[in-house]
Amino acid sequence: MSNLDPSALRARLASTHGPTYWRSLEELADTEEFRRHLQREFPATAAELSDPQGRRQFLKLMGASMALAGVTACTRQPAEKIIPYVDAPEELVPGKPLFYATALPHGGFATPVLVESHEGRPTKVEPNPDHPATRGGTDVFAQGSVLTLYDPDRSRTIREFGEIRSWDAFVSRMQGAVLAQKATGGAGFRLLTETVTSPTLGSQIEGLLQTLPGAKWVQYDAISRDNARAGARAAFGRDVETRYRFDQADVILSLDMDFIEDGPGRLAYARTFIDHRRLVDGRTDMNRLYVVESQLTNTGAKADHRVAVRASDIEHVGRAVAAKLGVAGVAASALPSGVDGAWVSALARDLSAHRGRSVVVVGDRQPPVVHQLAHVINATLGNVGQTVEYTAPVEVQPQVQVEALRALAGEMVAGTVEVLVIMGVNPVYTAPADLEFGERLKKVPLAVHVGLFEDETAPYCRWHVPATHPLEAWSDLRTFDGTVTICQPLIAPLYDNNKSAHEVVAALSSAPTQDGAEIVKAFWQGEFSAPSGRFGDLTNVDGQPFPDFDPFWRQTLHDGFMVGSALAATDVTTTSAPVPPPSRPVQSSATEITFSADPTVYDGRFANNGWLQECPKPFNKVVWDNVITMSRAMRERLGLPKPDLLEQWAPTVTVRWKGREITGPVYEQPGQPDHSINVQLGYGRTRAGRVGNGVGYNAYGIRTTDAPWFGVGAEIAGTGEWYRLASTQTHFQMEGRNLVRGASLPSYQGDPGFAKHAEHVPPYEETLHGNEWKYDKGYAWGMVIDLNACTGCNACVVACTAENNIPIVGKDEVATGREMHWIRIDNYYQGEPDHPRSVETQPVTCMQCENAPCEVVCPVAATTHSTEGLNDMVYNRCVGTRYCQNNCPYKVRRFNFYLYADWNTPTLKMARNPDVTVRSRGVMEKCTYCVQRINAAKIQSELEDRVVRDGEIVTACESACPTRAITFGNINDRESRVAKLKNEPRNYGLLEDLNTRPRTTYLAVVRNPNPELAPEGGQGQGHSG
Amino acid sequence: MLEKAKHADPPETRFIAPGHTFGSVTEKISSAVLTKRTPVSWFIGFAVGFALLQALALGVTWILVRGVGLWGLNQPVGWGFAIINFVWWIGIGHAGTLISAILLLLNQKWRMSISRAAEAMTIFAVMCAAMFPLFHTGRPWLAAYWLLPYPNTMSLWPNFRSPLVWDVFAVSTYFTVSLVFWYTGLIPDLASLRDRAKHRLLQIAYGVLSLGWRGSARDWQRYELASLLLAGLSTPLVLSVHTVVSFDFATSLIPGWHATIFPPYFVAGAIYAGFAMVLTLMIPLRRIYGFEDFVTMRHLENMAKVMLATGLIVFYGYQMEAFFAWYSANPYEWFMMKNRWTGPYAYLYWTLIFCNGVAPQALWFKKIRTTPLLLFGICMFVNVGMWIERFIIVPTSLSRDFMPSSWGIYHGTRWDWMVFVGTMGLFLTCFYLFIRVLPMLSIFEVRTLSTSAVAKEESGHA
Repeated sequence: MSNLDPSALRARLASTHGPTYWRSLEELADTEEFRRHLQREFPATAAELSDPQGRRQFLKLMGASMALAGVTACTRQPAEKIIPYVDAPEELVPGKPLFYATALPHGGFATPVLVESHEGRPTKVEPNPDHPATRGGTDVFAQGSVLTLYDPDRSRTIREFGEIRSWDAFVSRMQGAVLAQKATGGAGFRLLTETVTSPTLGSQIEGLLQTLPGAKWVQYDAISRDNARAGARAAFGRDVETRYRFDQADVILSLDMDFIEDGPGRLAYARTFIDHRRLVDGRTDMNRLYVVESQLTNTGAKADHRVAVRASDIEHVGRAVAAKLGVAGVAASALPSGVDGAWVSALARDLSAHRGRSVVVVGDRQPPVVHQLAHVINATLGNVGQTVEYTAPVEVQPQVQVEALRALAGEMVAGTVEVLVIMGVNPVYTAPADLEFGERLKKVPLAVHVGLFEDETAPYCRWHVPATHPLEAWSDLRTFDGTVTICQPLIAPLYDNNKSAHEVVAALSSAPTQDGAEIVKAFWQGEFSAPSGRFGDLTNVDGQPFPDFDPFWRQTLHDGFMVGSALAATDVTTTSAPVPPPSRPVQSSATEITFSADPTVYDGRFANNGWLQECPKPFNKVVWDNVITMSRAMRERLGLPKPDLLEQWAPTVTVRWKGREITGPVYEQPGQPDHSINVQLGYGRTRAGRVGNGVGYNAYGIRTTDAPWFGVGAEIAGTGEWYRLASTQTHFQMEGRNLVRGASLPSYQGDPGFAKHAEHVPPYEETLHGNEWKYDKGYAWGMVIDLNACTGCNACVVACTAENNIPIVGKDEVATGREMHWIRIDNYYQGEPDHPRSVETQPVTCMQCENAPCEVVCPVAATTHSTEGLNDMVYNRCVGTRYCQNNCPYKVRRFNFYLYADWNTPTLKMARNPDVTVRSRGVMEKCTYCVQRINAAKIQSELEDRVVRDGEIVTACESACPTRAITFGNINDRESRVAKLKNEPRNYGLLEDLNTRPRTTYLAVVRNPNPELAPEGGQGQGHSG
Repeated sequence: MLEKAKHADPPETRFIAPGHTFGSVTEKISSAVLTKRTPVSWFIGFAVGFALLQALALGVTWILVRGVGLWGLNQPVGWGFAIINFVWWIGIGHAGTLISAILLLLNQKWRMSISRAAEAMTIFAVMCAAMFPLFHTGRPWLAAYWLLPYPNTMSLWPNFRSPLVWDVFAVSTYFTVSLVFWYTGLIPDLASLRDRAKHRLLQIAYGVLSLGWRGSARDWQRYELASLLLAGLSTPLVLSVHTVVSFDFATSLIPGWHATIFPPYFVAGAIYAGFAMVLTLMIPLRRIYGFEDFVTMRHLENMAKVMLATGLIVFYGYQMEAFFAWYSANPYEWFMMKNRWTGPYAYLYWTLIFCNGVAPQALWFKKIRTTPLLLFGICMFVNVGMWIERFIIVPTSLSRDFMPSSWGIYHGTRWDWMVFVGTMGLFLTCFYLFIRVLPMLSIFEVRTLSTSAVAKEESGHA
């Protein structure tokens, strides 16, 4: 301020008019310097704040120092190497899955599938919708097979007496053995396999048997179809395969046949049966199903009229029906108690009113005579060629397996078996108990066991060879109609020593070192150049021959089936032999025991598969156990205490039969016939692996060759002990709530919208707050589940588990109530507890409510709504208050109470779907409509500048469903399938009166009872909401 | 004998035994703190509390290591002991606030003798309560701060529509205000202790804590103002905190939770439970420390009357829940009620009705109100009953809601019990430390009740 110019100041004062006040000379001078000073409100540092450079510098420094301070606390990320492809596999785009068509064996028959592969890892099984036999659809076993592939307990080394050996050593040993056998024509050589439909394996074995004419090939499946084979032989004098055409059948009578769940044709049968009662697009007619069965099955649950009688009594019901129909040579026998003569008459009238449009089907557990009876009835009704077709057998060599196995066991005792190669069978566990297979196997000097696991049979055999999983090896299989699928491997065998059946049989042949691919391809090359006619014309879809083998091979691999390879229907002539006279009726108070395959672990081969162990079994919803099923009346007669479903405890009983006994927990099953207990095979394994060992009781322990499926005379005694029985559902009454809504066909025809009238639905406009989001633009995802089509088969449950990396939690956690499934099948009985009027199954997933009660209560906004109507889960944000779970009226949210996901086992990591987060402890999870699939399709559509097409996004449950009960899509697209289904009159939402506005809705159940029977009996009649 | 003598004491307006002067009151209360001879009962009580505290440490550690799966929670019962205990403890705290705030504003002098201990109880109860919402979450290390609204680079805020976020505000406010109120009230007494302490270290410690209190008229004037303001702040909290807690349930749609009656019914329940707990603590304390002169039979009787009144409100609440379940004609609500009566937890429901509805009817009788042992017994019924009430509300409603297919059952595991008992250990430990190092009755307030104060006042008026 020193350089103020006094003269300038004076001049400034002089230039003003009136009094002028100034505080300092500087102000008066109004210098630049003063103005700057004045602007600085806080003269010392204020400028730093308004100076962008300085402020940023400060924040940067502060941020950097805080970051540095924080860095010290971070864990060091593990070093990971990225290895680029030197030769990129064909068509592989990292991050995008590829799908390959193949087939999975089940009971020797093919389940055609597409398998999703991520960077060379098969992760998910999808149905093959183009396959002519099944047209899509999978089952729990196919869905669960991926986990078996990656099972860490799989066998991985070749062993002789437990010592590790090389493949070469095995081959040379086998060559030596075969050479030695040649001297005796192979008289001491036996081969034991499962049912074989594989043309290549069949021709390999036949070739082997030619070089060893004295050798014998035995096939054995514990869940055998012996009775059907024997019945067909009795009726027609030769081996034929019976094929049903439910799409042509208006009236169906099932005699103990669970055609929806059992047998090689189950997927196709379920589909065609349901298609014929699908009340959409204005259809108001449907088929009618009568079921007479010895235990509650998925088929029985769909019945319009269901009667539960003992398995021994079913023959007499069949005979009564035949007699009413006037089948020649069949006299009516006395009806078992519980079956009404009027019922049989009405059924017979219904059948004869539908000549050529009806069918009588018989389960594999019923004795041959019932099958024979059905063949005769079908012939009488003119159904042959219409709803029933006969073809040449699909198996390479049909056998009455139990007889063959009995013969083999006898030879083993006699000591005439020198070499026994067992492939894929586990006879020490599955063979009838009276054969004492294990003890006899010890007498075979050179026994070879080829299997996925070192199972119960392996320690009794000198050699063990680890088998490949069907997803690892080349092969071929036929579906129930004979259509051939070439099975292509999705991945190289996980362990070097794993060998396929083709390779093992080759090791016994003159060309011992062929690999599976060569063998299968060579067979088909031979077949292509010199067709045998057994597999059709080997033409393409248009019926044109292929120019050479290569396009044929590529097309067949690509499609997943060989065009035209289905077996043609043949004419059959009934033998003159009459239907045998009726067997003596079993005393009505005699206690019967029936055996059945377990719905999830089958014959025990899936016992080490956690997905299937934790898949709730239909109806009783038990997991991780098999039960001894009986009726309430029977339980009371035996003086057993009531099972405590709520606390998940069951009394145990000992079943004594034919000198052997088993002990297991009792389950009181509505719909189980009185005086009959049911035991399920497949449990009580000792060498299944870490998951399956010691789970349940072993029903094979009392199963004998003379009564593999049922018999009377079982003695049951309570043990006084209780057993923890874990089940995912403990209450099976609807308590008068409108959860599953249903009606009979006439009342549906009278009031198609009956389901909507059951409950008051608040109108959308009725709100105080105004509707926040209308969802009227873009996509609005929704789902419809047709309860009339759901069979409760569980395929969706396991598919969801595989797709969404859902962890298994184990029996104790399930018993506590902590199962993790995102989709569950609810099961309700209606009517009397002992004879339920109807049994309903209802798949329940997250409803993706538009007014989601879970969202408002989450304190951290970890579950929020997307603009497309999805109720999204943000796993990273979830802190696990479980408030959302409490407030969810559908109870579909699942919480990771512990660290359920396996983060350690390397092979299980390979099974994961890389598109879905693996959830950690303390996090809530739930169904997201497979949002990963939605987003993949949206990205693709945006790349192609179009909207997502209807059907482009298929959720895992929808895709797995064999009966297409589940439909997903964009409800804003009026033309989409889901939008059309939502316009069906049967459409209703679950608990809609809560104004949750669920995006998933249901189509109500309609049953088609016989009007003659409906008023008084009401069996299987629908119920109104 | 002593009790009888006091009972015969005519002046109904007095809340202190006759004959006490300023000096005798100060001496009596402060000596419990400044004495070198700690009563044996204190050691026993503290040892029990401290041992139980170890159960809490073990329980919480293992919950953090393994996960909340150790508790009996499941689908459908996502909330169990943790939330029951949270509501129970928070409820207990309410009596302290009511006594110190509302009764202060209402100029109820009898509150003076019990307010200190009741406020301490509030603070420790809220500490116990606050543990549960945190540790019951799946990932408490994240829940600890994600529920707080703090600015962050992802612009993520808590969901302000969630009652759990309201809880965070309600409980933290409650704790802060209660702590400040309690500490403010302590200052004059801390100064007394400072002045009476013999040991240098104690003099320094109490000196620092008393914030330079000199007892001047200006100090007192400011103190009175601050107390009044804090009482004004606390008063709405008495009503709001448990109202917000009840919103956790009332705003949901679960039958048995979704009820408009919840806020008043919860507040009444909280006061009910709180007074029961104050009595549970004061009845033995006055005996052990010989404070029968200060916490007189009239105090006990007044508290018993409050309990009776609030207990009747609560009992009315139970009846109205049942009535509206029927009257609403809502099948889910009606089923919920029938399930409480006859379902798997019916034995708890009827125990609740006995403990909270029937047993307290005995308080209509003066004989029972003035017999400490009987009163103590009734209070224990109420303590248990209020815990069961929350059990009936939380897991019973959840275990059977809309979808019968998902119905389940819930049982506390040993870890549930361990953590619950552990918080009692935390409470006892804190409470025993409190009575050892701080005056458990308000010295200066009790002095104003003494004869000399009354005499002064009367002479002043004359």
